[in-house]
Amino acid sequence: MPDIPAIQLNRLTKCFDKVTACDSIDLTVRRGEILALLGENGSGKTTLTNMLSGIYQPNSGQILLDGKPVRIRSPRDAIRLGIGMIHQHFKLVEVLTARENILLGQAGMLKVKPEDAARGMGLLVDLDRKVYDMSVSEKQAVEILKVLCRGADKLILDEPTAVLTPQEIQNLFDTLRVMRREGKAIIIITHKLEEVMEISDRVSVLRKGVNVGTVSTAETDRFSLTELMVGRPVDLNVRRVEMPPGQALLKVDKLCFTDAAGRRVLEDISFTLKEGEILGVAGVAGSGQKALCEIITGLEKPSSGDVLMDGQPIAGLSPREIIRKGVSMAFIPEDRLGMGLVGGMNIPDNLLLKTYRDQKGFFLRRGPAREQAQRMVERLRIVTPGLNVKIRKLSGGNVQKILLGREIDLSPRVLITAYPVRGLDIGASMTIYDMLNEQKQKGVGILYVGEDLDVLLGLCDRIMVLCAGRMTAIVESQFATKALLGMKMTGLVTDKEDDYA
Amino acid sequence: MPKGIALPHVVARGEVRPVLTWAYRAAAVAFALVMGGLFLAALGYAPLAVYGTMLRGALGSPGMQKETLKLTIPLALTSLGVLLAFKMRFWNIGAEGQFAAGAIAASYFAYFQSHLPPGLLLPAMALAGFLFGGLWGLVPAWFKTRFGTNETLFTLMLNYIVFYLITFLREGPWRDGSGGFAAMPRFPRQARLPEVPFPFVGNLHIGWIVMLVMVAAMFVYLRYTKQGYEITVVGENERTARYAGMPVKRIILRTMFLSAGICGLAGMLQVAGPDRQLTDAVAGGRGFTAVSVVWLARLSPVGCMVVSFLFAALQKGCSMMQTEYRIPASMSDILQGIILFCVLGAEFFLQYRLVIKREVRA
Repeated sequence: MPDIPAIQLNRLTKCFDKVTACDSIDLTVRRGEILALLGENGSGKTTLTNMLSGIYQPNSGQILLDGKPVRIRSPRDAIRLGIGMIHQHFKLVEVLTARENILLGQAGMLKVKPEDAARGMGLLVDLDRKVYDMSVSEKQAVEILKVLCRGADKLILDEPTAVLTPQEIQNLFDTLRVMRREGKAIIIITHKLEEVMEISDRVSVLRKGVNVGTVSTAETDRFSLTELMVGRPVDLNVRRVEMPPGQALLKVDKLCFTDAAGRRVLEDISFTLKEGEILGVAGVAGSGQKALCEIITGLEKPSSGDVLMDGQPIAGLSPREIIRKGVSMAFIPEDRLGMGLVGGMNIPDNLLLKTYRDQKGFFLRRGPAREQAQRMVERLRIVTPGLNVKIRKLSGGNVQKILLGREIDLSPRVLITAYPVRGLDIGASMTIYDMLNEQKQKGVGILYVGEDLDVLLGLCDRIMVLCAGRMTAIVESQFATKALLGMKMTGLVTDKEDDYA
Repeated sequence: MPKGIALPHVVARGEVRPVLTWAYRAAAVAFALVMGGLFLAALGYAPLAVYGTMLRGALGSPGMQKETLKLTIPLALTSLGVLLAFKMRFWNIGAEGQFAAGAIAASYFAYFQSHLPPGLLLPAMALAGFLFGGLWGLVPAWFKTRFGTNETLFTLMLNYIVFYLITFLREGPWRDGSGGFAAMPRFPRQARLPEVPFPFVGNLHIGWIVMLVMVAAMFVYLRYTKQGYEITVVGENERTARYAGMPVKRIILRTMFLSAGICGLAGMLQVAGPDRQLTDAVAGGRGFTAVSVVWLARLSPVGCMVVSFLFAALQKGCSMMQTEYRIPASMSDILQGIILFCVLGAEFFLQYRLVIKREVRA
């Protein structure tokens, strides 16, 4: 019995029309093991997990659970067979409590009591609190409890760390370790190599739908994993391009913002962004980064304070009025398909968003946009079946390239980017960093809101730290350390003397 | 948990090939006809004969065809109006009221300004119908952009105001003094639409040309103009529209004005064409039928025209069935209902599939 793997896939294949998303994949996960599934966007990870959770049916091949061949025809079947899928985007009813979400549709069929599951896993969740009151990590805990209570002993987590802070990631990993000790089989999908090295026992790497290798985590390192994943050696160092300091471009002065609910989101933020500079913004998610970006770009009105672009006040103006003033500012928002792009439109139509207004007359000419799209697809190596595909169907990295490509084609003087590599694989991330450095060399001032401190330190000239809406530091990155930034992010040190800028 | 009991459940489908779409719809119509046939048979009629009569009633002679076309025109135009708002995800279900509002404004000119030169009266009526219909639609749009009100409820409620406005006019100010019971007078000759020959059918009021022009115009407007592009973006993602610097509120107001204006124009064509008088049944439920038409046409202008024609044929066929077999009107409503139910039901099965069996043995 102990030698029978919990999950075993034999030559599993799934085709969509002409595309083979998964090509005879063999994979095993044992009980009490965490298997990391690694692969670039579009390598077939999601398709593979969707077959396990009953969303897709394989074209050929076999799934064995605890040694028995099964057919998983629906998510319901998957749950019955003990497979618990934790999606990246939570599927919870916000107005219900955690307990109600867990019980939903399960009347009397729960295998484990929510309290027992929570206690057993060390998950600190108030079961009677409404989900809309919960933080991202608590919602995730509810998702995990949900599948555990339904009796899942095989868990699949799709990029569970993408939305968590470093501390929350550690909590999640603690929970995963407990589950491993209890003999559960766990598949974790992630892009972050450090996390793979930290949490997994074995790693399976997918490339273009093929399992190119399964290795024991203890016997590998980040570089060989990357090479396996990308198919060629990749330089993992993020480079900072040294530039002589330019003139002040964007000046933010004593900016304050109180949201509709009366919460102080930003307090007294002042900084200057220069030409040819990348200014990083570090901070725990929800420290005011979003409001800062949206105020600068005119999507939100500040409560007080000023934003000056080349000395012209732009605070409180709408995006339209800012464009009318002749200010060339580009904005890469964090939620790309929620704002910035239209998922239901094709590439050329998305490129037209900011330029269609410059066309004269009543009619819309798509010709130039099509040519621009064609050039962009070639230059940025955007993987797409064609120009007319709705961009919702493209992978995250390709969507991001379209957004960044469009904004850069506008030749902006200021570029505001929020988490531009979120959800992107290593290859795509490196392309994005290169693009940003290229813009910097052209003299563009870039505000880079990021989450990965190593990247912030490597890429940015200066880093500003936000903590609960206050600016706790602004430092030259060559003098800064991760430890310092981490402390500033939690607001532990507020002594002004620690500032280097 | 009891083993072996599998509840039937639905699973979302991915993309569905167009061939399959049409196969499902054809199957739905066939199924509806069978169900309707069983119902007819249960009442003691011969289903095939009844269906034959319906077909003859809708398309059997040039005269019948003409009547069917007369029903097609207002429905197609109204659905074009609704389509425009729906494209922007603005749920305008007030087409009924906007249609009637347009009819009232046009009737004002017919009743009180008929002294205008003949070349001016009809254009004035059309313009009045378009403007008043449009203004009627602008009201909920303005409240939506200003206060975030729900357009579905708002447009729906405005319908009733127009209905009772017509009743008021009929009972009081616009009542035809000559007749015994409350009605409004017939339009003077110069306020009636001219007739133009329609191929194979004979003279038909000029509305059919308006319909064809509007279908083409709508197709071009949505697909090849900057405004059409803006409507798509606002409909798909309002935040992105704002981000791109689009004047979202103005786009909503403008689009809703056009949407309701087209419905108002349809109302004008109805009173000045087949009706030749303003009655409280002027809209006759078209504003609501148009919503179904737009969905079935999948927001395609040409599709709207085709589906409107099929709806009109069904309606005409049913009325023929009523007179020929003395089948009560409610019966033909039931038959129409069955067909609609099945066709719209097929849309559900195009998006989801039903899983009944379970083959898993854990």
